Amino acid sequence: MVGVKEKKKLGSVLFHLFSCAIGFLMIYPLLWLFASSMKSNETMFKDAYSLIPEVFDMSTNYLSAWKGVGGVSFLTFLGNTVFVTVTGMAGCVVVSLFAAYAFTRIKFRGSQFWFACVMITMMIPSQVMVVPQYIILKKMNLIDTRIALTLPWFFGTAFFIFMLVQFFRGIPKELDEAAEIDGCGRISILFRILVPVVKPALVTASIFAFYWIWQDFFQPLIFMNTPSKYTLSLALNMFLDPNAYNNYGGLFAMSVLSLLPTLIFFIIFQRYLVDGIAMDGIKG
Amino acid sequence: MKGKQSLAKSGYKSRDNIAGYVMLFPWLFGFILMWFLPMIISIYYSFTNFNLLNEAQFIGFQNYIRVFTTDDTFWQAIKVTFIYVIFLVPLRLAFALFVAMLLNTKHKGLGLYRTIYYIPSIIGGSIAVSIVWRQIFGKQGVVMSLLSVFGIEQKVSLLGNTDTALAVIILMGVWQFGSSMLIFLAALKQIPHSLYESAVVDGAKPWEIFTKITLPMLTPTIFFNLILQLVNGFRVFTESYVITDGGPLDSTLTYVLYLYRRAFNFFDMGYSCALAWVLVIIIAAFTVILFKTQNNWVHYESGGDE
Repeated sequence: MVGVKEKKKLGSVLFHLFSCAIGFLMIYPLLWLFASSMKSNETMFKDAYSLIPEVFDMSTNYLSAWKGVGGVSFLTFLGNTVFVTVTGMAGCVVVSLFAAYAFTRIKFRGSQFWFACVMITMMIPSQVMVVPQYIILKKMNLIDTRIALTLPWFFGTAFFIFMLVQFFRGIPKELDEAAEIDGCGRISILFRILVPVVKPALVTASIFAFYWIWQDFFQPLIFMNTPSKYTLSLALNMFLDPNAYNNYGGLFAMSVLSLLPTLIFFIIFQRYLVDGIAMDGIKG
Repeated sequence: MKGKQSLAKSGYKSRDNIAGYVMLFPWLFGFILMWFLPMIISIYYSFTNFNLLNEAQFIGFQNYIRVFTTDDTFWQAIKVTFIYVIFLVPLRLAFALFVAMLLNTKHKGLGLYRTIYYIPSIIGGSIAVSIVWRQIFGKQGVVMSLLSVFGIEQKVSLLGNTDTALAVIILMGVWQFGSSMLIFLAALKQIPHSLYESAVVDGAKPWEIFTKITLPMLTPTIFFNLILQLVNGFRVFTESYVITDGGPLDSTLTYVLYLYRRAFNFFDMGYSCALAWVLVIIIAAFTVILFKTQNNWVHYESGGDE
């Protein structure tokens, strides 16, 4: 009997050793980035693998990141990113909510056809649409404006509509009917009865929208030309140009700063994310 | 019963029709402006020589003919993207399944491991992470300095070598196995315990249990993951743009990066629209093939749907 117990203990030790090893590999790039953001530019590439800076030079790096790039300060980039993310996120989630409500709770002509269209947009990569979208936005004189970055998000996304539809389907219709008898209109049924029930799904959608928009690089790269309107992704891209800047410490510091909000958001809301993804497997 | 059915078939209340379209309007408006209209425009321009400067001239199928007959870079981009997808998707799914099974056990601290393994998926798409990979595998990077610790001095980094640069980018994709892992984990938890118990009673070996119970029960999830990752794989852009800029010698030139260059470096808008539609057809073909093979290997529980 003792042998079995010891075997179990050994198995558990092996399990944790192995899991920790994988875990270390998984976050090594992040740890490395953080460590490198504190290394001085002179010692940056001496024993580049090391996670412990030989010479700490955090203040220089972070100050230069704070100063920004191309004559535009970090705060401007941050402000642009926050503006685009928050408005895009709000629009995306609210519009998806309305659409999902219509698809599940209202019997209207053509609803199945439009739902099929939602599913099709899920299968076609958005990169394919970017050239004609660029042409349309150009015709509307919206290229190089923050509107160009938020507008595409403002119409909801197929993923959220799909996810919310799944959630709505799980809510018994009797709930709506009871509220209707009590004299509630559609809007108040949606906001007073259904929204509280699907709150976890809404939170999940909001977080996903947050980090999709926050990290979006392709659309800003194409739609924007003026550095003072750039988001953090574009600022980092500008920083990357080796001919203009050779300030790796600053680059890494700014990378850390750009990742920080996403990581904090993730740590606070990870429960929702993990449950949400388990439910319907949204792209990560 | 009959009466109920016929009412359901015939009746759309006009009040409901209006309410439905009011609620759907924002999405519908966006769908038309950002999807339907661009789609029509894109099809039209793919038959023209539009380049932003001159008026578009209709040139028939010339763009498509050029794609398949004279454009060597197109074939290079196809090759790179296919290699990327063919290696990335199975590797990522296999790793995700392996780790999910590891975490589908009874140990302490599973939540923490799950969170840590999922972090790369969260931030992986950001340009900051691509910068990190560029530095780790680049000329003065971690890999080079580690190699020199072991006395191996090399002139060319993994990213500077045409044989290995794409492998680094694939590795970065495999690293982001977290969301597939979570989907597998949820699916594993839904396999009834009784199945395993009776298999153990019958004296099945672990490998038999895996291939005869776990794997068949997971096939719907694997199928779903496969479709999702396939579509994602074909859209890879940021990684190759930031880490290698398609190089060295176009060895990491992915399809979307090539499309982007055609459109926004050469302003070959008409041509890049044709490229976009070729990509759509490729993705559609893969999806259709996968759906066709579905009956042969995807095992659905009978009597689930009504």
